[in-house]
Amino acid sequence: MSRGPRVELLWWEGCPSHPRALADLRAAMSEMGLDPEAVEVREIDSDARAAAERFPGSPTIRVDGRDVRPPAEGEPAALTCRVYHRRDGRVSPTPDPRDVRDALREALVRA
Amino acid sequence: MPDGGLDIGDPVPHHALPDTAGDMHSVGEPGGGPAAVVVFTCNHCPYALAWHERLMRVATDYAEEGVPLVFINPNDAERYPRDSYEAMQLRVEVDGGWPVPYLRDETQEVATAWGARTTPDVFVVDGDGRLAYRGAPDADSEDPTLDAAWLRDALEDLLAERPVARPSTEPVGCSVKWR
Repeated sequence: MSRGPRVELLWWEGCPSHPRALADLRAAMSEMGLDPEAVEVREIDSDARAAAERFPGSPTIRVDGRDVRPPAEGEPAALTCRVYHRRDGRVSPTPDPRDVRDALREALVRA
Repeated sequence: MPDGGLDIGDPVPHHALPDTAGDMHSVGEPGGGPAAVVVFTCNHCPYALAWHERLMRVATDYAEEGVPLVFINPNDAERYPRDSYEAMQLRVEVDGGWPVPYLRDETQEVATAWGARTTPDVFVVDGDGRLAYRGAPDADSEDPTLDAAWLRDALEDLLAERPVARPSTEPVGCSVKWR
């Protein structure tokens, strides 16, 4: 199993979405031959940590430091829930798994 | 998070709050009808946004049955400016108006009294002014085909003068942003 890119999931307890986001992320990693246990999971529990991590909301998934769905320019760091959109346009509390797979695939190509 | 809240069967408290035009609305008073619905919601939460259209359809579908529905935004606008009164007004204006009054709970007194935990958090009051349902609109914010079925089931039970078969579900959404 490839060691692969650095994959991070940042979450805040005010949103109930992170277990599903983590499950989707680990499933995508397994599909791509990456170790699903290699995800770095970090709780963001204060405004100071949110600022230090440039945390735009929960959940945030980064692959080699790149957000799988980069927030809008100037989006402030905040203890909040992120609004994602599925590829069919539906509002979702988690990123579309296809966006996650694309981000992982791109990181593998860059490696 | 403040203590308090309501259990199924409790009489609901009486409050009035301003909508986005500044007009006052009573909260959770069936007004002689079979039921009333109170939804704590907000502008910034993905769960509230995902369920929004389904809840609006409930308001439209049950208006003829005499079931008033209100949305209440109780979030701290200082830390969450997307939930400010001005942001609420803009959202309703951009949408061309809503079939539901969107009320501002600036002091969070109402959310505290009702024990709101999340956005959304749905409360149904029966014709006697007692809490008959509390929880989520349906089982999955991301499945529009569910069409707020748990809320609709509760209303159908009350319209048929039956006990609500599923009076309580777990509210799912973003935490209410307390001051």
